[in-house]
Amino acid sequence: MQAQDTQSNKKASVLADLEAVRSMIRRHKFNDLVFASIGLVALMIGLLTLLTLFIDLVMDGYPRFNMQFFSDFPSRRAGSAGLLSAWVGSVLVMAVTFLAAVPVGVAAGLYLEEYAPKNWFSDLIEINVSNLAGVPSIIYGLLALGLFVYGLDLGQSILTAGLTLGLLILPTVIVSTREAIRGIPVAIREAAYAVGATKWQVVSDHVVKYSQGGILTGVIIGMSRAIGETAPIITIGALTFIAFLPPSPVTDVAPYLNFEWLSSGFTVLPIQMFNWLSRPDHAFHINAAATGAIIILVTLLMNGTAIYLRYKIRKNIKW
Amino acid sequence: MNTVFSKSMRIAALVAVTFASSHALAAEKIIAIDGSSTVYPITEAMAEEFQKATKTKVTVGESGTGSGFKKFCRGETDVSDASRPISQKEMDACKEAGIQYIELPIAFDALTVVVNPKNDFVKSLSVAELNAMWKPGSSVKNWKQVNPAYPDKALALYGPGTASGTFDYFTEAVNGKAKSSRTDYTPSEDDNVLVQGVSGNAGGLAYFGYAYYEENKDKLRAIPISAKAGSPAVMPSPEAVKDGTYQPLSRPLFIYVNATSAAFKPEVKAFVNFYLENAPKLVAEVKYVPLPAEDYAAVKAHFKAMKPGTGFGGKNEVGIKVKDLINRIK
Repeated sequence: MQAQDTQSNKKASVLADLEAVRSMIRRHKFNDLVFASIGLVALMIGLLTLLTLFIDLVMDGYPRFNMQFFSDFPSRRAGSAGLLSAWVGSVLVMAVTFLAAVPVGVAAGLYLEEYAPKNWFSDLIEINVSNLAGVPSIIYGLLALGLFVYGLDLGQSILTAGLTLGLLILPTVIVSTREAIRGIPVAIREAAYAVGATKWQVVSDHVVKYSQGGILTGVIIGMSRAIGETAPIITIGALTFIAFLPPSPVTDVAPYLNFEWLSSGFTVLPIQMFNWLSRPDHAFHINAAATGAIIILVTLLMNGTAIYLRYKIRKNIKW
Repeated sequence: MNTVFSKSMRIAALVAVTFASSHALAAEKIIAIDGSSTVYPITEAMAEEFQKATKTKVTVGESGTGSGFKKFCRGETDVSDASRPISQKEMDACKEAGIQYIELPIAFDALTVVVNPKNDFVKSLSVAELNAMWKPGSSVKNWKQVNPAYPDKALALYGPGTASGTFDYFTEAVNGKAKSSRTDYTPSEDDNVLVQGVSGNAGGLAYFGYAYYEENKDKLRAIPISAKAGSPAVMPSPEAVKDGTYQPLSRPLFIYVNATSAAFKPEVKAFVNFYLENAPKLVAEVKYVPLPAEDYAAVKAHFKAMKPGTGFGGKNEVGIKVKDLINRIK
């Protein structure tokens, strides 16, 4: 009788425990749900804002989405004003930015990660590189005005603009290079050293190779920031009306390459947009909206490419 | 390793040589223009048409009158757009660099005072009333304080930023001294923001160039201005500016031509002549007010004579006649 009693008591207490556990699980599941909803709302705030902005720009600018808009020079008549000099300028400036920032940024990242002795001095450099990433872009513009435009006498040229934006994205490239290198397992290096590779062989054959995806992502994200930059470009003196293209980089006579375009005056997409937006005539505001939509689209495409390449390159690495 | 290094050195040297030589080549015929964003639409129209007609390359920037003069006095530009006369400081900078310039008035702009269309009680404003609103330290915060006959409604002031030539001219004309203004108003370098502000605020008042009013007539109401209390109020219009009755808020716009460029670069001379020739048509097309025909004739003669210098002596003046201005430079 007594034994039976204890047993039923035990059973009851187990049941009670089970109930407590269940309610705890329920509570935690509810908390999960609450957090997930908050997270979703937070995500939506960003995403919907971008989407609204983009749709608004497309709706305002859609009358101008045609080939002519890309093949016409700026004009005082909104209907025949186009983006030709602006998009060509943006492409050329981005090319210089890429060529300037990638070798320097990757080399600096490699040095800091692979070669630099770990002491207070490299710590100092590290802090400064991170700080550079947060410096307002206008500061780079002022630096470039003093250094490139007047100091080195490069003028208000595509070269100056490219180098300026190259400096601007340099911290991003350095940081992403280092992150990518840190992601490589120590075992890979050790294996390479074990078969007698020199440090340089390890770096060039393995470290750089495996971190390509990460580096590329950093570079593209940096470039997609640079393409929308207006302040530093205005500071170094980009033009607004320019109805001719820089000399072509490729010619049909030897040496087939022509560097005149580097010293040419230029304008870029965000400046063209800014100019149209500040006009009194509403027809120009349509052009500005169309340009804004194009800039966002290009940025999205670049970021998309970064994600795709990272995925593709990671898939090909077989450790 | 060694050969790779020397090869890359050779390539670098080649690139450097090619670039250096191309740098010299780049000194082809380009007319460089920068300066006022107010004058920009006029010069842009001229550049567009001139380039179509002659295939000469023209570039136009709009970094502002002040920045434009900085570049001009360093010899970087051939022509500088200006919405106010050259200042004493800029004259000194040009003199130091040995840059001489020819001052050419090319059009008028009417600074337009606008209110919200819902505001139907203001029929006109005198310069004294504007001064009461805009003078430094003004405590006017209500339409009632401007005129006891006006209703009890909050006054919201909008105006251009302090770097703007429009700001300089308005403060000179209304407050008697350039750049002296009350500071507790909503400033914006972008006139479209001012348009938005006044069209969204029933008690709003702003001033800006005539073109911005012309394009937003459905959202704004322009106020006739009387120079003195009791004198007839004049509505801003191209006609009123041309016949000189819209005072004191109509202002001349200028281009400054580098005298050396004008003398030794035939394309610059051709461009300026083209500019003055086509001004009556193109100035009106971009919603500014052309000078009277006889004034353009005088300006043309002035350019032909290539007389360098300014008629202002480093200070702005309100209500000066183009002919008097040109006659001062002898």
